[in-house]
Amino acid sequence: MVTINELMCKGCGYCVKFCPKHILEMGKERSQKGHFYPVNINEDACTTCAICALMCPEGAIEVTAKEK
Amino acid sequence: MEKRFMKGCEAIAEAAVRGGCRFFAGYPITPQNEIPEYLSKRLPEVGGAFVQGESEVASINMVYGAAATGTRALTSSSGPGISLKAEGISYLASSQLPAVIVNISRGGPGLGSIQPAQSDYLQATKALGHGGFRAMVFAPATLQEAVDLTYDAWEYAERDKGPVLILMDGCLGAIMEEVELPEMKEISYANTEDWCLARVNGREESHMITPILPELGLEMLNRFKGMTYKMWEMTDVKVEEYMLEDAEYVVVAYGIAARVAKEAINTLREQGHKIGMIRPITLYPFPKASLDNLDYDKVKGIIDIEMTIPAQMRDDIELQVKGRCPVHEYGRSGGILLDDEGVLEAIENIVKGEA
Amino acid sequence: MPSYKRPSALLPMATGYCPGCLHALGTRLVADVVDELNQQKNAINVISVGCSALNLYSWSGDDIGAAHGRAPAVATGIKRCLPDRLVFTYQGDGDLAAIGLAEIMSAANRGENFTVIFANNQTYGMTGGQMAPTTLIGQKSTTTPCGRDPQTTGYPLKMCELISVLEAPVFVARYALNSPKGVADAKKGIKKAFELQLAGKGFTFIELLTNCPTNWGMSPLDTLEHMNTNSIPYFVPGVYKDKEAEK
Repeated sequence: MVTINELMCKGCGYCVKFCPKHILEMGKERSQKGHFYPVNINEDACTTCAICALMCPEGAIEVTAKEK
Repeated sequence: MEKRFMKGCEAIAEAAVRGGCRFFAGYPITPQNEIPEYLSKRLPEVGGAFVQGESEVASINMVYGAAATGTRALTSSSGPGISLKAEGISYLASSQLPAVIVNISRGGPGLGSIQPAQSDYLQATKALGHGGFRAMVFAPATLQEAVDLTYDAWEYAERDKGPVLILMDGCLGAIMEEVELPEMKEISYANTEDWCLARVNGREESHMITPILPELGLEMLNRFKGMTYKMWEMTDVKVEEYMLEDAEYVVVAYGIAARVAKEAINTLREQGHKIGMIRPITLYPFPKASLDNLDYDKVKGIIDIEMTIPAQMRDDIELQVKGRCPVHEYGRSGGILLDDEGVLEAIENIVKGEA
Repeated sequence: MPSYKRPSALLPMATGYCPGCLHALGTRLVADVVDELNQQKNAINVISVGCSALNLYSWSGDDIGAAHGRAPAVATGIKRCLPDRLVFTYQGDGDLAAIGLAEIMSAANRGENFTVIFANNQTYGMTGGQMAPTTLIGQKSTTTPCGRDPQTTGYPLKMCELISVLEAPVFVARYALNSPKGVADAKKGIKKAFELQLAGKGFTFIELLTNCPTNWGMSPLDTLEHMNTNSIPYFVPGVYKDKEAEK
């Protein structure tokens, strides 16, 4: 599961660009700091590969393996 | 106590090791090369580290790193090299790191000359680097005094968390005298464990050492340092007062100049002239009270004798004399030593001219 | 299944870096590796001047701020006194390849047993985008408004190439942080460098090709492509020296 800390996110969009399953997109809401931040649009397709977290400059994304 | 006949540079190097110094970094420059040469052999014997830096700039920054670990660290140089170390000394002051810097001074300005001179008084006491900080400046006149001041220099540096400067001219660095060497101090983190990078006693929390602070923090640090410098004036002034009781003329001189002046004073005393001397041992804090408290009903003149032209200590003297008597100066410069005859004649001329 | 947790070597707050700055990513990678090697209490981060100074406010472990360009000298002093600690410098290209050239080359040549992390974004970010020693030919900066002209400013310095010709360094490598492969390789490289240091092998040097969206005047995503077409062809990623592998 992908968790995005919107207070750390600065909206660069790297996670959206590099997600191989295209499950992220930039949201329409702004964080308290004024940045747009990514939202998860297809949780089910996530393979928890963690490339989004790997590319996040701020360490704002955490990824946990799905239960099962 | 062990007695040894030693050269000035080697004596302070040995005193540093006995005072707990376990790190040295420096770059060759005359007339202080015997300090790194001695320590390159001596420090490994006691488990310390010696690094010959690629420059004075690198060396002072190595000392900055070593001091951050709570290790007693030393660097030495001479005028031109101290200028290059100015950056690092300022960072030591800003990051509040204790370290000892030795300046075996030579003729200046510029590359100047490699012969002895006292040309770095203003640099030592007013502007060791940018940003407006002060360091305690010790100016020994004998090798025994150099040994004792070096041995204790880290106690001051660690107490006040900042650099301490030992200012000696190339003459004191090169002469040989008998010195009593003190016992080897035990290595301890007692003064540094609260902030240093060594993980003393299984420390859990992290330590940050920073030369940059937010505005209010920086102002607070500078305020605190200002109070520290005031405290030095009350508790840490070291001065020798010689034959001042009845003195009509008072010589002010430090280091090698004071030794030559003392000879002249003794000769002139035999001839009936009432001359005394104030010898600052700490150039900063300057012994203000010694000058301020002179009986100016008796004192007819102050004679500032320095191995530099123009005299550099004169401003500090005049600030205390406050116009109560004339201030004269005599010196040699460019690496030319003061000699007995010259100093004697200069004092005689001043005394006669005034009489 | 892979997973990712924010490293504890970083404080739990956003960095001071601009959005999309790969300097921040480089810092995070170092923190990732410090966590993976369980060195949070053993690492000492020697932080330099420039944007990298922002690390002072992100690093949760022991750290120390060095004067501009002097981090390798400061690290030398620290490591000689505390040989068991994991010591690394984190320096930008102005700091390391201009004002600090003497310090980096000399520390590398002495084979000091610490690691240098070198973030190369081809500009002076903190001071507003002046020409760096690594600024590419033709690249505009606030002090080369018509583009860098080699006739008057020479050519961009290739630090990995320079350092790899020295005898002492044991591992010298460059990675580009503009793709997942580059970032994953960089992380492995940093880990290898730290492991070599902890084994007492000697000087290790990791160059990270990064960006500067603010001073390049591009969106973060555009800088990634710009790196592919401009930075990477000149600063070619790869391992430039691996003494252990040569044996």
